[in-house]
Amino acid sequence: MKRRVLLATAAALMALPAASFAQGMDKVKACFIYVGPVGDGGWTYQHDQGRQALAAEFGDRVDATTYQESVPEGADSERVLTQMALSGCNIVFATSFGYMDAVNNVAAKFPNVKFEHATGYRRDSANVSTYDARFYEGRAVTGTIAGMMTQSDKIGYIGSFPIPENIQGINAAYLAAKKVNPDVTMSIVWAYSWFDPAKEADAARALIEQGVDVVLQHTDSTAPLAEAAKTEGVIGFGQASDMAEFKPSPRVASIIDNWAPYYIERVGALLDGTYEQKATWAGIAGGEVEIGEITDVVPADVKAKAEEVRDAIAAGELHPFTGPLNKQDGTEWLAEGETPDDADLAGMNFYVEGITGQIPQ
Amino acid sequence: MVRLEKRANPSRLWSVATPVLAVVLTMIAGGILFAMLGKDPVAAIRTIFWDPLFNPQFAAYSRPQLLVKAGPLILIAIGLALGFRAGVWNIGAEGQYVVGALVGAATGLALYPMDSRLIFPLMVVAGGLGGLLWAMIPALLRTMFRTNEILVSLLLVYVAQSLLASMALGALRNPQGGGFPGSRNLSQWASSANPELVAGTGMHWGVVAAFISVIGAYVLLQRHMLGFSIRLAGQAPRAARFAGVSPTRLVIVCFGISGALAGLAGLFEVTGPAGQISLDFAQGYGFTAIIVAFLGRLNPVGILLAGLLMALTYIGGELAQFMLGLPAAAIQAFQGMLLFFLLAVDILTNYRIRWTKREAA
Repeated sequence: MKRRVLLATAAALMALPAASFAQGMDKVKACFIYVGPVGDGGWTYQHDQGRQALAAEFGDRVDATTYQESVPEGADSERVLTQMALSGCNIVFATSFGYMDAVNNVAAKFPNVKFEHATGYRRDSANVSTYDARFYEGRAVTGTIAGMMTQSDKIGYIGSFPIPENIQGINAAYLAAKKVNPDVTMSIVWAYSWFDPAKEADAARALIEQGVDVVLQHTDSTAPLAEAAKTEGVIGFGQASDMAEFKPSPRVASIIDNWAPYYIERVGALLDGTYEQKATWAGIAGGEVEIGEITDVVPADVKAKAEEVRDAIAAGELHPFTGPLNKQDGTEWLAEGETPDDADLAGMNFYVEGITGQIPQ
Repeated sequence: MVRLEKRANPSRLWSVATPVLAVVLTMIAGGILFAMLGKDPVAAIRTIFWDPLFNPQFAAYSRPQLLVKAGPLILIAIGLALGFRAGVWNIGAEGQYVVGALVGAATGLALYPMDSRLIFPLMVVAGGLGGLLWAMIPALLRTMFRTNEILVSLLLVYVAQSLLASMALGALRNPQGGGFPGSRNLSQWASSANPELVAGTGMHWGVVAAFISVIGAYVLLQRHMLGFSIRLAGQAPRAARFAGVSPTRLVIVCFGISGALAGLAGLFEVTGPAGQISLDFAQGYGFTAIIVAFLGRLNPVGILLAGLLMALTYIGGELAQFMLGLPAAAIQAFQGMLLFFLLAVDILTNYRIRWTKREAA
């Protein structure tokens, strides 16, 4: 692509909105790029719910009809992002970690288009913002339920990729379970995919055959719950979305990602001219992470304990990672009463003491 | 009464006309599919086939992207077609593509951060060799133990994908990547980069290699003894044996060429458009190339055109998804129809339709 032609085209297309940025905009075209299908029932489904809420909020002032699903992370995503920028999108929400390079490359070529990258950390140019949710806070709640509910003292975790976001979830869930059940052990299986129902079902089956009776998942489909439903006494949790169709069991609770407030806030800021680059990382307190209904399969005392953990985190009284904590190899991570800072969390690449197995290297 | 009568010789007219007819039938059936989804079928077909080439908003960007997308498809399909003509079924080009990229990237990364113009050529050689050696596994198993090369080559794709995951997370992972999977970016390191050769054309070394392979395969098939052996073995295996064509040698040569070309395609992709070894590096070029090979009638020039057409459905399909809100699955079904109709109308090449009057008994 001839850089100059591209820039010229982009400039021509964007000339009008660019001129009116300071005073806000009359109409915003918001575009979304998804890693899975909108019907995945989990991660992408929730982002699409956020898109629909955005459209409903602003009516005619926001065109939020443009989205593309199942875009692979890599060369294809860069093309899709470029075509979106060329087609006149004012703000593009890229909703998967793996779009990071593509987002930053394309953003550099279209300075007047705003890019919002979910779960990323690179903001190479002024028009790139990142947003994320503290899913590990939700894991502390589901981990508590898991630790109290397991009969075999074996809980399982289906990881997607061994990146910090997953490691945070694994550690938080394990620590919470261990707190209420010192005998608990955790098995971890990696699916190496965000959305692959067949692989996720295989992973769940492998865990259940090892005697695991509580399955936590960091992957986006309902396949692990469908697998859990086949064995009496095995429970799991909705991931990203409520996954209510598996209520009351095996889905006994869920971690729901609620992106709507963020999407409405950011597009609203673009409309009224207050938009600024930023990095957002909100959790239970900010409403981005919600705990779905805890069903009656869970005894009242367990439910009360889980809600206590949830409310304490929301109130800022409890941090899922509070010292004294050691790393898996026995070295000290956090001293008594200490909590990690965000940079520490964002780069987490070790298991805490007590988890067996290795992070794939 | 309609009757099918086998032709003495395949019809030359129909062998050219069937791909065109298949495209037309795909457009009609696809249009019906899109209409059933509630979209304007004419607009959808126009967005897929016309907009990437001629829409003033996109064409300057998407036309070069056609070459980027078609390059690896053509390169792989040319190699496959030689084998298919000889009755040697290499279904595992996807695996050879991945291994070629891995070996080539590993060669380059071993020399990082040395600054030398020799590194890229060395990586090209390593990539080709990697694909070739991976293809030798099914070839040697077939010639030495008479295993089925379709099964072995296909199953080795899954082995290659696991190898890719392990390399992206382990040996080839970027030590400065903050714990995230994926290698260093090869397209941003001058010694290993495979950049656009002429700005604005999309032409990189992989596209050049694809064009050379088209010419090479054409000359080979028309003018060279090996090409004659390949054609003879496919059309009349017994006659080929009497003519002194060694089936063992032919299997090895066909797998060697197709493996090396697939490996090269992988290397050019990882150093150019994809940029890095990542978990999502394998995007199915090796499988799509099988469609391209047949759509091009296993003829080098045909494959060139078929590769470009296939690339057009990808790029146009992406446009149709976010411009018109067509689901990703509908686009995939549309691409699948192409092969379906091609195989269906292929019967006209080898058979003729006879309208006969029912004769009185």
